[in-house]
Amino acid sequence: MSAKNPRNQYLRTERMPNIWCPGCGLGTAVNCFISAIEDCETPLDQISVVSGIGCTGRVAGYLKLDSFHTTHGRPIPFATGLKLSNPKLKVVVFSGDGDLFAIGGNHFIHAARRNMDLTIICVNNFTYGMTGGQVTPTTPIDAFSSTTPYGNIEEPFNLPFLADCSGAVYVARWTVFHVRQAARAMREAMHKNGFSFIEIISPCPTLYGRRNKIGDGLKMMQAFKDNSVIADETDTRNVALDFRGKIICGKFVDREKTSFLDMYNIKMAERFGPFYEPYEGIK
Amino acid sequence: MAEAKKSKRPRGTVVISVELCKGCGFCIAFCPSAVLEFSEMFNSKGYHPPHAVNPDACIGCDLCGMYCPDFAIFGARVTREVA
Ligand code: SF4
Ligand code: SF4
Repeated sequence: MSAKNPRNQYLRTERMPNIWCPGCGLGTAVNCFISAIEDCETPLDQISVVSGIGCTGRVAGYLKLDSFHTTHGRPIPFATGLKLSNPKLKVVVFSGDGDLFAIGGNHFIHAARRNMDLTIICVNNFTYGMTGGQVTPTTPIDAFSSTTPYGNIEEPFNLPFLADCSGAVYVARWTVFHVRQAARAMREAMHKNGFSFIEIISPCPTLYGRRNKIGDGLKMMQAFKDNSVIADETDTRNVALDFRGKIICGKFVDREKTSFLDMYNIKMAERFGPFYEPYEGIK
Repeated sequence: MAEAKKSKRPRGTVVISVELCKGCGFCIAFCPSAVLEFSEMFNSKGYHPPHAVNPDACIGCDLCGMYCPDFAIFGARVTREVA
């Protein structure tokens, strides 16, 4: 049997095997994204993926799309520039919880506030994998990490709530166990005109699972399966995660709001009237 | 690869790239038809890749392909031309 995996056409196969640990959920999240772009009508040369630093940051390098691996925490500013210079592109930011919400936290809330037309996929594995398992802004209280040897004492962010109250037009959460739902959410989010956010809960067996005695990647996946509750349209105030509690999944927010670029064109047209030529990208 | 029984025409087929596998077991655990099992063999990295112990049951749903973080397996529906 020499048939080729149909995913290979979206992957830089010369870079395989990937660097991710056995049982890491990142590759599964990539499969969801591939499935989302597979049957999306946007041509592939109009989709670009931007990642920051970290294990999830590797995604940009593995996808055979126009992609960019930015400095730590900066995928959203880079993606904003990309989108504004060429508004026809569908720009997807694929990065981790540490990158997007610690060093990149301010960029996230402001891009959401402006309703920049970006799709943010945050793979949340509750730790900094690449640098040795330190605490992140999403590590639950009591969870062990290399910098919280007695258990974490800091309140974590509730990411869907943060996205919702910062102004995102689409907010969903799935785990990598929910492959089909996650793929559907990614497809929907890419079609929204505005700032869309998907949190994908994923196992980091090497640094989070092992230290917290949850077990290997498969055990973590089973735990996601057993502990998740699907409840679309839950108020995002009520979807915070705790250490061993339920994981509420689903689509929480889906609303319409004028995107940054549309707002720009509307306001400039109001000001300059017939002299204003709507901005459609750098010519 | 285990040989398929001639009598039944499989509706799906599963293809495994043994060298890419890191033995996470996701495909084995989440295949809805229990087609896969770890094999005894080692690949060159020292992992046990899966093999199809029950290939006739495969429905070609490609869930194994969706779960595999290493792009090492996929399922496809088989069209009916072969008897
Ligand atoms: S360190 Fe964690 S997140 Fe990074 S590849 Fe390994 S399992 Fe995945
Ligand atoms: S294609 Fe579906 S039925 Fe066939 S081995 Fe894969 S998961 Fe199992």
